[in-house]
Amino acid sequence: MTPTIPTPPAAAKRQMTVPTVADLAAQGKVPEILFWVGCAGAFDDRYKRVTRAFARILEHVGTDYAVLGLEESCTGDPAKRAGNEFLFQMQAMQNITVLNGYGIKKIVTACPHCFNTIKNEYPALGGEYEVIHHSQYLQQLINEGKVTVKGGESFQGRRITFHDSCYLGRANNIYEAPRDVLAALDADLVEMKRSRANGLCCGAGGAQMWKEPEPGKKDINIERTEEALATLSGQAAALDNLRGVETERTAPAAHSLQGSIIAVSCPFCMTMMSDGVKHQEQESTVQVFDLAELVASAEGINR
Amino acid sequence: MPTKLQPHLTLLAYLYYMLQPILFALLLLAAFGLFAWQVRKIRANILVGRGRDMSGHAAVRFRKTLLVAFGQQKMFKRLTPAFLHLIVYVGFLVINIEVIEIVIDGLFGTHRFLGLLGPVYDGLVAVNETLGALVIIAVAAFWWRRNHQPPVRRFTGVELRAWPKLDANIILYVEVVLMAALFLMNSADLKLHRLEGRFLPGVYPVSHFLMSLLPTTNLGTLHLLERVGWWAHITGILLFLNYLPSSKHFHIILAFPNVWYSRLVPQGQFSNVESITHEVKAMMDPTYEVPTPPVGPDGSALAPTPFGAKDVEDLPWTALMNAYSCTECGRCTSVCPANLTGKLLSPRKIIMDTRDRVEEKYNSPLIFQPNIYGEEAKHEPVTDLMQATLLRGKVTPEELWACTTCNACVESCPVNINPLESIIEMRRFLVLEESAAPNSLNVMFSNIENNGAPWAFSPSDRFNWADELFVAEKVTA
Repeated sequence: MTPTIPTPPAAAKRQMTVPTVADLAAQGKVPEILFWVGCAGAFDDRYKRVTRAFARILEHVGTDYAVLGLEESCTGDPAKRAGNEFLFQMQAMQNITVLNGYGIKKIVTACPHCFNTIKNEYPALGGEYEVIHHSQYLQQLINEGKVTVKGGESFQGRRITFHDSCYLGRANNIYEAPRDVLAALDADLVEMKRSRANGLCCGAGGAQMWKEPEPGKKDINIERTEEALATLSGQAAALDNLRGVETERTAPAAHSLQGSIIAVSCPFCMTMMSDGVKHQEQESTVQVFDLAELVASAEGINR
Repeated sequence: MPTKLQPHLTLLAYLYYMLQPILFALLLLAAFGLFAWQVRKIRANILVGRGRDMSGHAAVRFRKTLLVAFGQQKMFKRLTPAFLHLIVYVGFLVINIEVIEIVIDGLFGTHRFLGLLGPVYDGLVAVNETLGALVIIAVAAFWWRRNHQPPVRRFTGVELRAWPKLDANIILYVEVVLMAALFLMNSADLKLHRLEGRFLPGVYPVSHFLMSLLPTTNLGTLHLLERVGWWAHITGILLFLNYLPSSKHFHIILAFPNVWYSRLVPQGQFSNVESITHEVKAMMDPTYEVPTPPVGPDGSALAPTPFGAKDVEDLPWTALMNAYSCTECGRCTSVCPANLTGKLLSPRKIIMDTRDRVEEKYNSPLIFQPNIYGEEAKHEPVTDLMQATLLRGKVTPEELWACTTCNACVESCPVNINPLESIIEMRRFLVLEESAAPNSLNVMFSNIENNGAPWAFSPSDRFNWADELFVAEKVTA
């Protein structure tokens, strides 16, 4: 185990109430920024922890924010990627009606799929907003000094590799914001061979999340997790299969993986990489965290 | 026609010089005529696709074309092939300047007309010869990579069948022959002039060496060799020009317009189907007026266009131009996560299928029809050719459903081809016209419809994450 993580002194914690846009509207107010939670953020048990971590950060820095709460609905992204344009547009127009009805101007979301859809596909349907991904928002908070990523859990000496989400990276050219956030953590960052524009999909995009993969040699998330684990354990050289030459993959040495982290910034990547880590039976050594969780933990507010 | 009859010129040679401009003009006319005829058919094939307005943004497009097409920007993701390709590409550009000289010489009986450029010509010829030698080396390396090196993954794959493999090698062989003809011409000419004590404009780093290897000092033979090289070079170029429309090598022409007409929106942005927008708006607001659908020239209603794409004419014309710009390099397939993990999907195959299908159904433009690998391919058996479509006859739903829409193929294409768009269009057809989505996706659709989420959770639980939510007060040191 890496040097024991100093436990922060038992700090006071207080219950927070997440404001809804409807409540604010009743007081005649419009939040400066809407936190779009997304279906995974609202329903997936693992990603709910990310939603809660990000809400803590918003509360902690005093952002004027609100959520739609029960008025939020699926953006339609999985329907659109699967080819169901009709269902997508039904969802989109309902959401746009709600958002425009409240006069929302700016949206932040932790889901790259929601981000991409609202940012790029809603404008043609009458929904024009400034949309930012939570990695960009966190980067901004760190740059402004509103979050110092100190005082909580220390990541010093821990290995972290970042898995690019396709819908953040290639789809929208956001590569540096999540890396800047991780760089602020004072951790030992390692880069996978396939990263940034050459990143490898987790296997869940394009509505794959809701179906079994087509038959093949292996599942995509297993391939990607192998790559992440090999990078974290310093054996990435054995993984050069860009030319399809199947190399023998030795199981990464367990001791060197202890305490290392695969960082993600997408609920689908979270599921796929976590499943991949379990498949490799490394769940007791390697953890998958979202950027928001890492920041909230480092800031000491994630309880 | 030479002004002064050289002593070694026989009567036959004299006759040749009388006839050369006519012969050459006829050859040019035939070659360019045939090429234009083929290009017209390809243009018609591309315009079979659905209309899409790609006008505007000239400055952005110009910059993109300069970087990606002329500048080979995206090739440089992989250094070795990029460097080899750059040699052949620059060689192609420079040799095109030389072709201008050949055409002038051929039509007007001049000899090395551009020699009047003096030192510029010296430089041009020197660069040309150096590149010619490098091209031969690069082509040899390409040939080795393709045929003998431990298999490069992207040079294998189900879609690279007999013809695509042969086509790739033919291109390499032709390039060597063209370069060899160039050197034969230059070295014979140089030796001839040396022996006669005459001055030949230009600097010849390679032919200077080669001329000593020519096994003859006979002036007539040298003259003949020079003419053989000259004719072989230009005839080869013109034949190759007419081979292009049947070959993946057509990318040397279409890469430029294809990059010009790149999509300029973020890669994650998929098109919104406009007809559906009207329908949905009308559902949500009964007062919304749906624009009247276009009518035919005789005022009758046109058959409604299907949702998505079943066949080539349902794809936008840009997708069909994509198909003709594809050089089957397989960079898309080699980065495709589905393909990498052994699934059936290969973005390159989708593109190659599209080209094959449009030629099978519409103009088969070409002097010969080698592109079609249909009879070799293992796809769903379609007994009735009339019922065959792109989707049913070539691309299978299994391929389409394997796509994660990750955009790796789009990112990797050196000429900005977008296989993902065609995949989505065909998925749209499967879902909206045939209700043929995998069952698990149908479950997801109905979850979205009923619960506002792709999972079967109760919408009333959507805000549960905020219950009992505590935040620790930050301890300030």
